[in-house]
Amino acid sequence: MNFKSTIGLEVHFELKTKSKIFSPSPVSYGAEANTETNVIDWAMPGVLPRLNKDVYRLGIMVALATHSHVLPVTHFDRKNYFYPDNPKAYQITQFFQPLARDGYIEIEVRGKKKRIGIHEMHIEEDAGKNTHGANGYSYVDLNRQGVPLLEVVSEPDMEDPEEAYAYLTKLRQIVQFTGASDVKMEEGSMRVDTNISIRPAGQEKLGTKVEMKNLNSFDHVRRSLAYEEKRQQQVLLSGGRVQLSTRRFDEATGKTVLERVKEGDADYRYFPEPDIAPYHIKQSWIDEIEESLPESPFERRKRYVEEYGIKEYDADVILQTKESSDFYDAAVAAGADPTLAANWLNTQVNGYLNENQVGIADIKLTPEHLAEMIKMIKDGTISSKIAKKVFKESIENGTDPKKYVEDKGMVQLSDVSVLGPMVTKVVDDNPQSVEDFKNGKDRAIGFLVGQIMKQTRGKANPKVVNQLLNKELQSR
Amino acid sequence: MKITKDEINHVAALSRLEFGEDEIDKFTEQMGDIINMAHQLAEVDTEGVPETVQVVDRETDFREDKPEHWESRAELMKNVPEKADGFIKVPVIIDKDDNE
Repeated sequence: MNFKSTIGLEVHFELKTKSKIFSPSPVSYGAEANTETNVIDWAMPGVLPRLNKDVYRLGIMVALATHSHVLPVTHFDRKNYFYPDNPKAYQITQFFQPLARDGYIEIEVRGKKKRIGIHEMHIEEDAGKNTHGANGYSYVDLNRQGVPLLEVVSEPDMEDPEEAYAYLTKLRQIVQFTGASDVKMEEGSMRVDTNISIRPAGQEKLGTKVEMKNLNSFDHVRRSLAYEEKRQQQVLLSGGRVQLSTRRFDEATGKTVLERVKEGDADYRYFPEPDIAPYHIKQSWIDEIEESLPESPFERRKRYVEEYGIKEYDADVILQTKESSDFYDAAVAAGADPTLAANWLNTQVNGYLNENQVGIADIKLTPEHLAEMIKMIKDGTISSKIAKKVFKESIENGTDPKKYVEDKGMVQLSDVSVLGPMVTKVVDDNPQSVEDFKNGKDRAIGFLVGQIMKQTRGKANPKVVNQLLNKELQSR
Repeated sequence: MKITKDEINHVAALSRLEFGEDEIDKFTEQMGDIINMAHQLAEVDTEGVPETVQVVDRETDFREDKPEHWESRAELMKNVPEKADGFIKVPVIIDKDDNE
């Protein structure tokens, strides 16, 4: 029996503001508990929320970048629930009139393009952090209370875990390139909840959905959905019924574990937030924001491939993060050959980042230094072998490549007037190699190159040496 | 709608308030009157009338994105019954949706 999966995703992005959504408390990651809070975050009697303008601006940027329709009138609502990390006993969110609706993202899976709809996106405040202790107590830190969130709710248009993975990758890239969020899952600035149901192929009516919350990596999303597909199929094939429930992914076992069975949707008693007036978004402001949108990853890809002439694959690797793309652009702007810059960035730089588990912002190599080094390779000042030493020095210590090459006497010897006589002497001293060359033994030239390298302590430009040797040998 | 003494006692307990028997009787009657008065609203014909979200005719008052540090964590912590290392210490509550 064949089954069809239906998958929908809800993704929360922390918006990159300096202060919180309804209070001027600073937004920061990793601060000491309860130090980035004030009376508004604590919901002291008589305090009133005041909306941060940048929250709307950043939200509208994401809406425009995902082809979503920004609603002309939006207002906030109260979602009522009681929990220690939520001092007001309600969350301010947008339930009835969200920021935007009806967007889409185009993904490509197994060579096929597909549009995934965005049902809506709304702005809300984050709750504080509740850490459970082993002693029957929890410890509440309200630093995160009131941090602005943008929740992007997809349509249930995805039909397998690969599509969900592709959607998340694309959405993350789009949001990151707008600059609206850091999209760092490890810091909680991007969080993913999934909904999945299955039904027999050909059946119109959707199956019972299972929700999985707070998945902390794209790989976990893919693995948990793949496991859940199989689990639900086994339940149905054995004559059982899938329960409306919330499950969590256990990364150690690769399985999903039941957390709670839902009796029905929780009643949050939503009603319009009386302390914040509705907002009429002027089209002129939307136009202004659209004008200011940074170059999208798709526009950059087109530029890299068409203007710079690099391979599509290389462009995609560079565009995995905005930081890496910005670094590449800066290196090319500083005079680096686009193809060489792409190669160095995607192999050497990325290799170093992966090996040391750091981001491009954490390294000491600057785009200008990379460009300087590439120029020296291109004009023959240094060999690619020496370039690797120079690169290591620059990325680890931030050393200027040009200065380092000069100080260490690493400049490659390319001067024909110096290399010419050396080549003649080496050929004169090795008649057997000349004989071998004439008999079609290619290894002979390699031996002669090695002799020159030995004499110059590896500083001779192999390209120039090869040219001179070929010319000399042909003339004998 | 009839409000019972049990309901008043329940709301009082939730509000951490303690009342004498005579006060409970008084509040039962008063609360009943308030609820009945509110019930009169149900008789109003609201067909085609948009819901009232605001009674003032004004736009959202935006704030510029400028962070301000509150002077003192200690001041905010004054009302906290139990604390530990700058955290608010509360009894564990588990039955909650993770995204709340």
